[in-house]
This record gives sequence, structure tokens and C-alpha cells, in this order.
Amino acid sequence: MKKIVLSIVLLILSTLSTFAQEDVDMATGLRSEGKIYVVVLVMLVIFLGLAFFLFLLDRRISKLEKKNK
Amino acid sequence: MRKKWWKVLAVLIICGVIINGLLGPVPRLFILHESIRNVYFHVPMWFAMISMYFVSVVYSIKYLNTGKQAYDLMAIEAVNTGITFCFLGLATGMLWANITWGEPWPNDPKLNGSAIATLMYLAYLVLRNALEEEQKRAKISAVYNIFAFPIIIVLIYILPKLTDSLHPGSGGNGTFADLQMSNELRPTFYSSVIGWILIATWICTMRYRMRLLERKQELGA
Repeated sequence: MKKIVLSIVLLILSTLSTFAQEDVDMATGLRSEGKIYVVVLVMLVIFLGLAFFLFLLDRRISKLEKKNK
Repeated sequence: MRKKWWKVLAVLIICGVIINGLLGPVPRLFILHESIRNVYFHVPMWFAMISMYFVSVVYSIKYLNTGKQAYDLMAIEAVNTGITFCFLGLATGMLWANITWGEPWPNDPKLNGSAIATLMYLAYLVLRNALEEEQKRAKISAVYNIFAFPIIIVLIYILPKLTDSLHPGSGGNGTFADLQMSNELRPTFYSSVIGWILIATWICTMRYRMRLLERKQELGA
């Protein structure tokens, strides 16, 4: 009996928390308007640019190493 | 370590993390809202830092064992790279703390621990610059480094777990209670950690190679 009562209480509590969760503001507007993709693209461009720079740097060091051998 | 594939892999992983980190599903949480996505970008900075410090300790031990100067150069460059990621972690953490905890630097054991840890590693760099003689510098800084690493683990990992901290995984923490890392976050988070550790390793090896070249030139001249 105790277990059943406890599980019912837990069930109610868990539904409460799911109800509460629905009120949390998320960036749904940004997503539905599709503008978040612009942010993703900008971040990708920045990161890929930096990565490209790192690759160039790597190649330059390799060249120097060959020269110094 | 000079192969290209793992560098390309690291870049691809981070690209995936950026895409999935911004568009993928995340738990809906109070206070945090969309800023929960910072987990993908802020936390891996610290993982990259601690792995660089670990590399540094390994090379410090190797140096003390063999006395090879190249190992000492690796140790210093690993710390240099680690400190860079540490400052990135501090800066991003302060931005995130400002909106979730109300101030950029709340009196949190993890924050203060990381501040002390940062100072310790800055002291390591100062110590190196203070010593003129090469062998003495390498030896003393290697010993310092070996002592600093366990302390930093205690300061930023163990102590905050023992007391109340705003960070998740600590005693009496309400903000993240239903997020002891939600499963939705895990794949992206772990890939991000691996990706950033690889990027840090890459930068570190390049700096090491530059150091070696510089040293060769000094000896040649």
C-alpha cells in the first residue's frame, strides 16, 4: 500500500514538472524564422577560417623543418 | 603526430559540434533556457586545458628521467597552450555566469579554485623566466610542474565537489538538479571535448616544433 501511494505521488510530481517545463522560453522564434541558420553559418565560417589558418601555419613549420635538416 | 588525418578529424568534429550544438535538441530548463548550449563550448575549454597540463606533467617526468632538453620544451609549450584555453574558459564562464548566476564572478569554490590554479601556472611561467641557466631552469620548473598538477586537480575538481558550488555535480545545487548531464546533451558534449582536446594538441605540437627550430638556430649561431 505504501508503495502504491508513493508511486502515485511520484507520478503526480513528475507530471507537475513536465507541465512546468512547457513554460520555459526557448529560441523558438529564431528557429521558426530560420534565422538561427545564419548564426550557425557565421560560426562555421569563422571556425573554418581559423582552421585553414592553422593548416597553413602547420605547412610553413614543416617547410622550415625540412630546410633546417 | 605529424600526420594530417587527426587534424582534419578535429576540424570536422568541431564543425559538427557547432551545427548540432546550435540546432540539436536540448532539455528545456529554467534560468538556463538556450544558454544550456554553452555546455558544448565552455566546458570543453577546461577539458582541453587540463589535458594539456597533464601532457606537460608527463613530459616533465620524462625530462627528469632522461635529461633530454626537448622534453622540457614540450612541457613548457603544453602549459602555454593550456593557459590559453584556461583564459578562454574563464572568459566564456564569466559571460555565462553573468546571465545565469547574476554576476560574472560569484563567490563559488570552483571559480576561486580555478583562479588560484591559473595563478599557479602563471607562476610557473614567471619561474621559468627568472632562471637563466638552461638545465637548472628545466629541472626546477619540472619539479614545480609535478607538484602543481595534483593541486590543480584538487582545487578545481575535488574541493568544489565537497562543498556547495554553483557548478553541477556539487553538493546542494538546485539549478542543474535535473541535468546531471541530460542524455540529449551527451553525444555532442563528448565529441566537443574530444575535438577541442585534439585542436589543443595540434596547436601545442606546432608550438613545440617552432621551439625546436628556434633552439636549433640558437645552437647553430
